[in-house]
Amino acid sequence: MPSHREFAQAFQSALRDTALPPGAHTQAPEELTRRFNVYRNNVAHGLAQALQRHYPAVTRLLGEECFSGVAHLYIERHPPRTPILTEWGVEFPNFLGGIETFSHLSYLPDVARIEWARSRAYHAADLVPVESSQLTQIAETSYLRLHPSVQTLWAATPAGSLWISQQPGAAAPPAAEDWTSEVVLVARQGLFDVITTVIPPATARLIEALLSDTPLGAACAAAGSDLDLTQALTLLIRYDLITAISQGRPE
Amino acid sequence: MLPTNAGLGFKPEHFPAVIETKPPLGFFEVHAENYMGAGGMPHAMLERLRADYALSIHGVGLSIGGADPLDKTHLARLRSLCDRYQPESFSEHLAWASHGGEWMHDLLPLPYTDETLDIVCDHIDQLQEALGRKMLLENPATYLTFVQSDIPETDFLAQIARRTGCGLLLDVNNVFVSCVNHRTDPRAYLRAFPIEAVGEIHLAGHETEELPSGPLLIDSHGREVSEPVWGLFAETVTEYGPRPSLVEWDNDVPDFATLMTEASRAEAILEDARHALAS
Repeated sequence: MPSHREFAQAFQSALRDTALPPGAHTQAPEELTRRFNVYRNNVAHGLAQALQRHYPAVTRLLGEECFSGVAHLYIERHPPRTPILTEWGVEFPNFLGGIETFSHLSYLPDVARIEWARSRAYHAADLVPVESSQLTQIAETSYLRLHPSVQTLWAATPAGSLWISQQPGAAAPPAAEDWTSEVVLVARQGLFDVITTVIPPATARLIEALLSDTPLGAACAAAGSDLDLTQALTLLIRYDLITAISQGRPE
Repeated sequence: MLPTNAGLGFKPEHFPAVIETKPPLGFFEVHAENYMGAGGMPHAMLERLRADYALSIHGVGLSIGGADPLDKTHLARLRSLCDRYQPESFSEHLAWASHGGEWMHDLLPLPYTDETLDIVCDHIDQLQEALGRKMLLENPATYLTFVQSDIPETDFLAQIARRTGCGLLLDVNNVFVSCVNHRTDPRAYLRAFPIEAVGEIHLAGHETEELPSGPLLIDSHGREVSEPVWGLFAETVTEYGPRPSLVEWDNDVPDFATLMTEASRAEAILEDARHALAS
């Protein structure tokens, strides 16, 4: 009789194989494979569905059937190493980038990165924004702490505009001849609203400097001369993304 | 302890309906692994729900029946979830879901032997120690059996309850699905079930596939509870007394009113059982 470890190992292999696990039994032996297939289908279908929930725009861009095929390849290559399905799928954007059939869809990995960032923002910790009365304290020496959901993504393609075009009621995506690179801000406003918006590169550099605990003056210098500081701060304030202002380096 | 009434599995899409209508339910149940992010909407909803209702947290990812040691990180996450929400009940499954660090995200079956009994009891001891509370263990829906199993499932569960002190979660749909699939009598299974340890009952819908040898039932949680399962539920609570009873509907989730119809039917059966007990 196999040990439980040997049994589990064999059962796990059988889920993606044609063999059956040791000792598997049913009264009509010719139906054993059909019965074991319930487990095979549950695992494959459950994981493909979970990936689709993470990547709805990629699903729409590829079509469900094509996405499902890609999902099965991904499951084989990158099976979940976590019991929490919302934490599984981080490698999917790079995986898409490595599929030769999709090499003409250069924007696909970037759109997937946006979706992964959105999922992280959705689950990020809750921090309340500073009161508007505190905003007058902002000085060159201030450290601005941003909401933990704030992420910037640099794409060689108009991935932000493409992602936005996939949302219900959105305008058509940019025409291929007008394609440019884009920087995208993903963050969560309050408890619920995950925002996805295209921002100027200098604003992104400012946000990245602030995220690495640089005081505002130095962050502006890092952002470069084309920074429109008023516009950048207005963006952060409008989406409630400044959660603390301190004159010393935050703890 | 959960109230001895009908409860529902919570679906986020029903949150507005629940908060607006405050339905008369005994409790809500959530899957632990859906509430393990740092913040945002899931926790905001669960906190609001928790303020109005008794709560059951139901784990699906610990792999209690697995050959590997329990995942320490996951134990700690379950602990902090229970600390935060103080649920009236925590439950998990007699099944396994991971091996060699890989999660299949399904409730997989195990042979019932002295070796697996020791493993499962050891895992439950660890879990109860980590959580600082007793848990309920749920009987599985299975599609095949194993020749190496030499302990009947009901005995296996009874021995686990006796050795670890854990309670049991009797899933009546799982009983029906497994017994039909293995061509055994669900009433005999229920008579052999250690009913005194049951702290909660689950009810759910299943799909039927016709094979040459007869039906293969699949535990889909995607439709109404079937008539034979309602019948077994009524017999069980009439004979042994009412228990907190949950209707699960996890796939192709309908509107909240449809779920309430199912929950009301469960509550009516529990009410009859209370009367039968009193008379």
